[in-house]
Amino acid sequence: MSRTLPVSPREERREPREPATTGFPGTVRRDPSASARRRARITRVAVVAALAVLGVVFTYPFVWLISASFKPRGEVFDNRLIPETFTLGNYVAVWQEAPLALWFVNTVIVTVLAAVTVTLSSAMVAWGFAWFRFRGRGVLFGFVLASMMLPGAVTMIPTFLIWNSLGFVGTLVPLWAQNLFASAFYVFLLRQFLLGIPRDFFDAARVDGASQWAVFWRIALPLARPALAVTLVFEVQAVWTDLMRALIYLRDSSTFTIPRGLKAMVDAFGFSGQWNWEIIVTASVIATLPMIAIFFVAQKQIIQGVASSGLR
Amino acid sequence: MTVTTPPSRDVDRERSRRRAARRNLRSALLFLSPWIVGFSVFTAWPLLYSAYLSLTDYDVISDPHFVGLDNYARLAEDPKVLQSLGNTAFYTLVQIPLYIVVALALALLLNRAGHRASLFRTLFFLPKMTPPVAVGILFLLLFNGQNGLVNSTLRLVGIDGPAWTTDPAWIKPGLIVMSLWTVGSSVIILLAALQNVPVELYESARLDGAGFWRQSWNVTLPLISPALFFIVVVNTIAGLQTFDEAYTAFFGAGNGTYSNDAALFYVIYLFQQAFEFLHMGYASAMAWLLFALILVVTGIQLLVSRRLVYYEGGQR
Repeated sequence: MSRTLPVSPREERREPREPATTGFPGTVRRDPSASARRRARITRVAVVAALAVLGVVFTYPFVWLISASFKPRGEVFDNRLIPETFTLGNYVAVWQEAPLALWFVNTVIVTVLAAVTVTLSSAMVAWGFAWFRFRGRGVLFGFVLASMMLPGAVTMIPTFLIWNSLGFVGTLVPLWAQNLFASAFYVFLLRQFLLGIPRDFFDAARVDGASQWAVFWRIALPLARPALAVTLVFEVQAVWTDLMRALIYLRDSSTFTIPRGLKAMVDAFGFSGQWNWEIIVTASVIATLPMIAIFFVAQKQIIQGVASSGLR
Repeated sequence: MTVTTPPSRDVDRERSRRRAARRNLRSALLFLSPWIVGFSVFTAWPLLYSAYLSLTDYDVISDPHFVGLDNYARLAEDPKVLQSLGNTAFYTLVQIPLYIVVALALALLLNRAGHRASLFRTLFFLPKMTPPVAVGILFLLLFNGQNGLVNSTLRLVGIDGPAWTTDPAWIKPGLIVMSLWTVGSSVIILLAALQNVPVELYESARLDGAGFWRQSWNVTLPLISPALFFIVVVNTIAGLQTFDEAYTAFFGAGNGTYSNDAALFYVIYLFQQAFEFLHMGYASAMAWLLFALILVVTGIQLLVSRRLVYYEGGQR
């Protein structure tokens, strides 16, 4: 099954068109004379050269950060590519300067719980909208779309009051538990995908006597795997990097997630006089590396997911 | 409807069909139940309650105290509201055009890069994976006025760079430049749109004698305009709510040394009012002002787009 994310039949038809160059003006040549061919070659060299320069510009902040994490305090700002004095000391010290290991564990717990729950609940709801036909479905789905437009700032305060009255402020629960109840964006994404699968698959299973749940669990979910992967990866990235919720709900440094902990380190080491930026730099590398790893593992899903989000 | 008594088989069939419909609805609602609960508890109720709170004085400890429209009246007189609105407007108005130009330039280059495109696409997208807190930290370090990488590089070409992180006039421009680093997702959206332009259109344009610029203006631009519009809308909404990077770099505990009012964006001030000063009523009024602003701005963009955005098939 090689179903890929761009979901509607219209987009799927477009998929096979492959090389990136086909769609650009000037690249279609019926009768290439020698000079035209030379011009094309010059253009291609210029394009690749420009991309290489820009590639360095976009990569350099990472390189700078990683390089700085191997420098002793006095040299963090020397902007050398290769550290003059190479030290692993920061990677030893960073775990003692702050409970970074604990923050890491907290973040993993929240990220896994949030990503798994939102993927399953959103898939359920998406299936409810994609498969069943009932009166009021359009209106309900309209509410899903509308809630996507709502800025977080409007619901932020009452949501805090809910968790506060339940006694969960200061715990990790408010950082993921809302994901039990599906998320509008993922419902939209997954529904689009499910609608792209022919209904016959599911009708046949129903005729064979499968229950509604079995059709969802055994047939729809496995078929939707590519879209589920996109949902999972998007949410992992969103939760791993989320600062606002952690600022609102976490009080004690033993409950911090990595973004909240990093912010606390900037406050303590950066602004309040100690100025040991080498520790902050090292912690930033440690905070970022898992996301880079996720990107390389799930590059296809991420790129397709992002691309299709703009083709609505 | 027949007047004669219907044969009992029809009644049976009708009844069983209704039963099936009811069972179908029940299953549907079961599948939708997570969203129905979530929408009621975490969207609908908060929306109503924050509208109510915006009419009260509320500090979480004692009960909300109804004050009518006082909070909204105070918004108009609060110099920090005005300043944070100004900061946010400056940021959004300057950032969006730059962001679009950079994203489009990168996408156009990638579109001509052939098989090497995927490598560069990866390089451009990677910054998007960086936690915004780390981006805020990178901003402080790279844009440091004395020995940051940016000014060191500028010095190589003989430019004496400004104090990006301390000079109130340069804080927002610095944050805008930094934000261009995370342009990657928009590049991917635009690249996908560029690749969806049918080659036949370029061929017929060429046959009609259109050169490179005519093709770009009359073929490429209209066909990618929906994607461009999408990026403008989404990034405007995000820009109006910008928080993470600026908050990391300029606010929070222990940071009293900076003249950081230049980085006081609207949502940062809202956050301070709500969770640092516990002025929940006032902050709710601020949230509703933001909501209204976003609706108005998006509405204007939609109206303008009717003239400028071309949708295949003519209607959307």
